[in-house]
Amino acid sequence: MALDEIKIGGLGASRRRVEDNRFIRGKGNYIDDIVLPGMLHMEILRSPLAHARIRSIDASAAWAIPGVRMVLTGDMLAARNLAWMPTLSYDTQAVLATDKVRFQGQEVACVVADDPYIAKDGCEAIVVDYEPLPPIVNPTQAKAPDAPLIRDDKTGQDSNVVFDWEVGDREGTDRAFAEADVISTIEMHYPRSHPSPIEACGSIADFNRATSKLTVYMTTQAPHIIRAAVALVAELPEHMIRIVSPDLGGGFGNKVPVYPGYVVSILASILLERPVKWIEDKSGNLISTGFGRDIYLKGEMALRSDGRILGVRMHTDSDHGAFFSDAQPSKFKVGLMHSAFSCYDIGAAHLTAQGVYTNKAPGGVAYRCSFRVTEAMFFQERMVQAAASDLGMDQAEFRRINLVRDDDFPHRTPWGFLTDSGQYGKCLDLGLEAIGYEDFLRQKEEARKRGRLLGIGISTMTEPLGAGNSREYDILGIKMFDSAELKVHMTGKALLRTGAKTQGQGHETTWAQIVAHELGIPAEDVLVEEGDTDTAPFGMGTYASRSTPVAGAAVAMVSRKIRAKARRIAAHLLEVSEEDIEWELGRFSVRGAPDRGVTIQECAIAAYSNMPDGMEPGLENNAYYDPPNLTWPFACYIATVEVDPETGVWDVLRVVAVDDCGVRINPMIVEGQIMGGLTEAYAMANMQFITFDEDGNCIGSNYMDYLLPTAWETPGFELHEVVTPCPHHPIGAKGIGECATVGGPAAFVNAVIDAIGDAGVRNIDMPLLPDRVHEAITAGHDVSGAPPVKTEP
Amino acid sequence: MSTLFEEVPAGFGDDVPVRRVTLTVNGEQRAANVEPRLLLAHLLRNGFRLTGTHTGCDTTNCGACTVLYDGVPVKSCTMLAVQADGHDIGTVEGLASASELHPIQEGFKDEHGLQCGFCTPGMMLAAKALLDENPNPSEDEIRWALSGNLCRCTGYQNIVKAVMWAADRLSGTDNDDNDGDDGGADGAASDAGEEG
Repeated sequence: MALDEIKIGGLGASRRRVEDNRFIRGKGNYIDDIVLPGMLHMEILRSPLAHARIRSIDASAAWAIPGVRMVLTGDMLAARNLAWMPTLSYDTQAVLATDKVRFQGQEVACVVADDPYIAKDGCEAIVVDYEPLPPIVNPTQAKAPDAPLIRDDKTGQDSNVVFDWEVGDREGTDRAFAEADVISTIEMHYPRSHPSPIEACGSIADFNRATSKLTVYMTTQAPHIIRAAVALVAELPEHMIRIVSPDLGGGFGNKVPVYPGYVVSILASILLERPVKWIEDKSGNLISTGFGRDIYLKGEMALRSDGRILGVRMHTDSDHGAFFSDAQPSKFKVGLMHSAFSCYDIGAAHLTAQGVYTNKAPGGVAYRCSFRVTEAMFFQERMVQAAASDLGMDQAEFRRINLVRDDDFPHRTPWGFLTDSGQYGKCLDLGLEAIGYEDFLRQKEEARKRGRLLGIGISTMTEPLGAGNSREYDILGIKMFDSAELKVHMTGKALLRTGAKTQGQGHETTWAQIVAHELGIPAEDVLVEEGDTDTAPFGMGTYASRSTPVAGAAVAMVSRKIRAKARRIAAHLLEVSEEDIEWELGRFSVRGAPDRGVTIQECAIAAYSNMPDGMEPGLENNAYYDPPNLTWPFACYIATVEVDPETGVWDVLRVVAVDDCGVRINPMIVEGQIMGGLTEAYAMANMQFITFDEDGNCIGSNYMDYLLPTAWETPGFELHEVVTPCPHHPIGAKGIGECATVGGPAAFVNAVIDAIGDAGVRNIDMPLLPDRVHEAITAGHDVSGAPPVKTEP
Repeated sequence: MSTLFEEVPAGFGDDVPVRRVTLTVNGEQRAANVEPRLLLAHLLRNGFRLTGTHTGCDTTNCGACTVLYDGVPVKSCTMLAVQADGHDIGTVEGLASASELHPIQEGFKDEHGLQCGFCTPGMMLAAKALLDENPNPSEDEIRWALSGNLCRCTGYQNIVKAVMWAADRLSGTDNDDNDGDDGGADGAASDAGEEG
C-alpha cells in the first residue's frame, strides 16, 4: 500500500538530475548568457606591478574612443566614498586603487563601452604612471623589522601582521611534551592554489531610476550576504536591491567574496542608468580573485613509545595577500585549523597562528573547504605519517591505535569541538582491505629489490562540515543558519526555495528528494529554485559543505510543518480526531481502518477548497534551521604510487576512498562529489599551484601556466562507503562535497614520501613536481616550495 | 555586438573594417557582418545567441568553447569569425533533434557526467567527434580524445562512462545493465527523472 520511496525519487534514489535537462542542451543560463536591453560592457584595467605608488592616471585617450561611455578610476570612487569596501572578515579592500597598488592584478580603472572589445581598447588607452615599491611575497619578509608597510591606508596598522591568534591548552601541552618518549617535528608549506571554476566571475548591474530598484545578476554562492554587503557599501535600501545568482559554472569558494568588479558595475549602472555587464577573463580571475591555502606549518607531536599521541603543537603562518577578504567565521581567525586531529584521541593540543599581509592577491578563501580544514587535515595526516615513521611503526597501525573508538562518542576534542558519531576503525579496515594492504607491502619490498620505488599513502580524517550553530558561527555577525520555503499547490505539486545556492551540487534534484521522503510527493512534482533574493528565503549560501547539513535540514523541517498541517486537514476529511490519524509515506489513514485514507495530494486540494473551520487556508510554510552542531563525516583515502627514481615522475597506481557521510540522499550525486574532490586532491598533490617570483609576479595567470588535470592524467577511483547517520540532522545526513579535497592530498603525498622513504626525506612541499621529487631522492633532503625572496645586491 | 548588428557608436569612422561571413550553423545558413577581430565564439554567442558555446579560459586550454568545424573539434575562442566563412559549424544546440536527445546527451545525464554543466557542451562535442571517427573507443582513447577539455567538477570518470554509454547506444548494444552496482532502483529513479 505504501509508496515505494525509491520509485518516487526519495531518499536513497540515484535520481537522474533535473538540471541536466537544460545543461546537456546548452540551455543553461550562466551570467554571460544574460542579455538586457541597452546593456553596456565593462572591462577592468589591472596593475602590472605588485607594489607601487600611483603617481597619475591619464584616461583621456580612453574617453576619446568612440563607443566608450565612461572611465572609472579610484579618485571618482573616492569622491563618492566608494574607493574602499568592507570585506567579509572585518578588513577593508580597495575597489579601485587610489594611493598605491598592493598586488599584481589589482583593479586600477574600469572602462564601460558599447561592447567588450571597445571596453578593452579603452583599458589599453589608459596611461598609469607607477612608482615601484619593494614587494613582499612571503610571511618571513612581511614580518621583518624593516619591512615596508603594505597597509599604510589603515590607521593603527604599524606592521604587516593581520592577526595573532591562539587556541588550546598551552600548559597541558607543555606537560605532554615533557612526558614524551619521542617528539616528532615537521615543517611544510601548503601552496597557494586557486579554486578556478571553469566559469570566471561576472555581474550585470541594472539600476532603474524610475523605480529606484537595483537588480544585480551576479556569480555568487551567497546572494543574501551580497545583498547585505551592497546595502552597506552602496548605501542603498536593502528592499530595493535584488541579487540574482544564475546558473554558476562552478564555484568551489571562488564565488563567495565580494569583488571590485561587482561593485564598479553597480556604480556604473547607477551613473549611466543602463545595465552594465562585467565578465571577468580567466587571467583576471586567476590573478585577482579568492586564492586558497598559502600557509606554513611548524608541527610537533609528543609521542609515547607504544604509539600513543600525548600532545600536538601547531604554529601556522598564513599569507592573506594585500587584503583580508576571505569569508571566515568571526571567532576563528585561521578558520577551523583547530579541527585538526579531531579523529584522534590525543591528550592535549595548542595552536598558535599568525596571519600577514603580502603583495599578493587577497587569499585564504575556503577553496572546496570548510574554512581551512583542508590545510588542517593535510598537516594532520602529514604529521601522523612522520610520527609513525619516527616511531618505526606501521602507518596503519599507528592510526588504529590513536583513532577515536566507536564507543567514545560524543568525543570532545582538545580544541573544543564535539564529534558525535563515526566508525573510524571500520572505515580504515575497509580501506586497507580494498587496497590489499599486506599484499602491497610485500610487492613494495619485492620491487625495491629490483630498484623500483612503490609507495602507499593513507589519510584518515573527520572534518567539521555544516557551519554552523549560531552560538559559534557567524559572518559579520550574521548567524550561519539556513532556510527553506515550501509551497504545495492545490494539485499537489510543489515549489521549494532555499537560502542555499547550487553550483553543480544538484540541489534542484536532491532537495526534491528530501520533500519526497518527508511528504511522499514524487520528487518530479517538486520544483526547486534558489539564488534570487526577491523570492528565496534568507540564507547564508552554499560553501563549506553546509548545504545538506543546514539548508537540507531546513527542507526536511519545512516539509514536516506541511505534514503537520496536512494531518489536521486529513482528520477533517476523514471525520476523525487528529490522534486517530496515521501516516505512511504519501498518505494519511484512520488508525485501525487503513482502507480509509487520503493522500497528501488530496489534503493539498482541500487546503484550498475544503479546509476545516477556523483553519488558515493554503499549504505553505517556511523553516529557518539553526543546527545544534556541525556534522562530522569521516573518510579514509589510500593511494598507491610508483616513483621513477631517474626522473622524479610519479604515477598513481590505485586510489581507494571510503567515505562515511551518513545517510546518502542521492548516492549517484554523492559519488560524483567524491570523485570531483579526489581529482582536486590529486591536482594539488601533483601539479596545481600558483606561485610568485621575487618581484611579486604571479606565475600561473592562465591555464598554460596554472596546470589542471585533464581526463588523461586523472587516475581512476574506487569508492566504498560506511554509513553512520548523523545523530542530530533530521535525515541523518552529513556534508560530503569537500571531504575528498580535504583528506585526499595527504594520501598522495604520503604515498610518494613512503616510496622514497629510504632517502631520509620527511617532506616535499606540494605540488610534488618531478624536479622536487628528483632533488629529494638524489640530495636526500626535504624540498621547500616556498616562493623565492629577492636578495638585494 | 552593437557594432555588428545594431547601433554604431557615435564617432565611429569608415576606418572600422567590416567583413561579411556566410556559414552553416547546425545545418542552417547564417550570415553576418563582422569586424575581422571578432572571435568565432562571440559570433555564435552574442551574434547568433547560441549561448551553449561557453568561453572559459581565452587561451585554448579549457575547451568549454569547443565547436565542430567541418566536423573537427576546434576551440572557438581562439578562432576568428572570418575563418568560419564558408564552413560548417556544429554547436551543442545542434546535437538534439526536435524530438529526441543525441545519445551523447543521454549518456551524460544517465552516467552523471556533468555537475555545473559549464564544460559539458564542449565535452559532448569533443566526444561526438571521437565517436564519429571511432565508434567503439577504449577508455584510454576516450581520455585522450577529451584531454583538451577541462572539467573541475566530475573527475572525468563519469564522463568516460557517459561516452561509453553513448558508444554502446549508437552501436545498438543494450546498456540497461552496464552499471551493475547501482541496482534496479536506478532504472526506476531514472525514469522518474526523465522528462515526459
